[in-house]
Amino acid sequence: MIKVVFFAALREQLECSELTLSSENIATVADLKQQLASKNEQWQALFDNSSLLSAINHDMVDSEQPIKPGDEVAFFPPVTGG
Amino acid sequence: MNQEISIQTADFSLADEVALLEQDNAIDGAIVTFTGRVRNHNNGMDVSGLTLEHYPGMTERSLAKIINEAKTRWHIGRVKVIHRIGELNIGEQIVFVGVTSKHRHDAFAANEFIMDFLKVQAPFWKKERTTQGEAWLEAKATDDSKAQKW
Repeated sequence: MIKVVFFAALREQLECSELTLSSENIATVADLKQQLASKNEQWQALFDNSSLLSAINHDMVDSEQPIKPGDEVAFFPPVTGG
Repeated sequence: MNQEISIQTADFSLADEVALLEQDNAIDGAIVTFTGRVRNHNNGMDVSGLTLEHYPGMTERSLAKIINEAKTRWHIGRVKVIHRIGELNIGEQIVFVGVTSKHRHDAFAANEFIMDFLKVQAPFWKKERTTQGEAWLEAKATDDSKAQKW
């Protein structure tokens, strides 16, 4: 299984802060994004956004990064702290 | 737990933080501190306050990596990074970065480096309350270019 978490504006737009998915057919962050985008038109629009950032197990990664079962994957907008 | 990093809802005291950086630390002649506060305006809109969200766990990990990178680039002594989360009002302190070093150059440079990378890598998000309602802040391209110059 893969735990997926969402933050800030993305969390609000999805109306979802986290979900769990089967790791079957998900090899990379790009695969996971594609699977999430297939849920409906709204999710498709939100996950097609190229400025979206992703992290695996608390490290920022790019779309080609492999995902292993048990990983925590996060998606969020560009950060605005400080 | 990493003593150099604190993510907290409570306010902090600049004087107390400086005292901790100085305590039993006669080797460092320089202390550089930065404090960030909530502005009363942004993009021409009146701001009444903001809410800060973060990604617990990743925030601490990301800040630790930035601090470690600063330590490999400059000869610095002590480092402290405080970032507040939750509801904040105008004028309240949001962020503190304190760095000590033997001579001033290292502390100045490392402090700015830590702030520049905190801005683009640490998973914090600000939602502003303005006269026109609430809105998530958009990331600024100028923040990316500041981090890239290092």
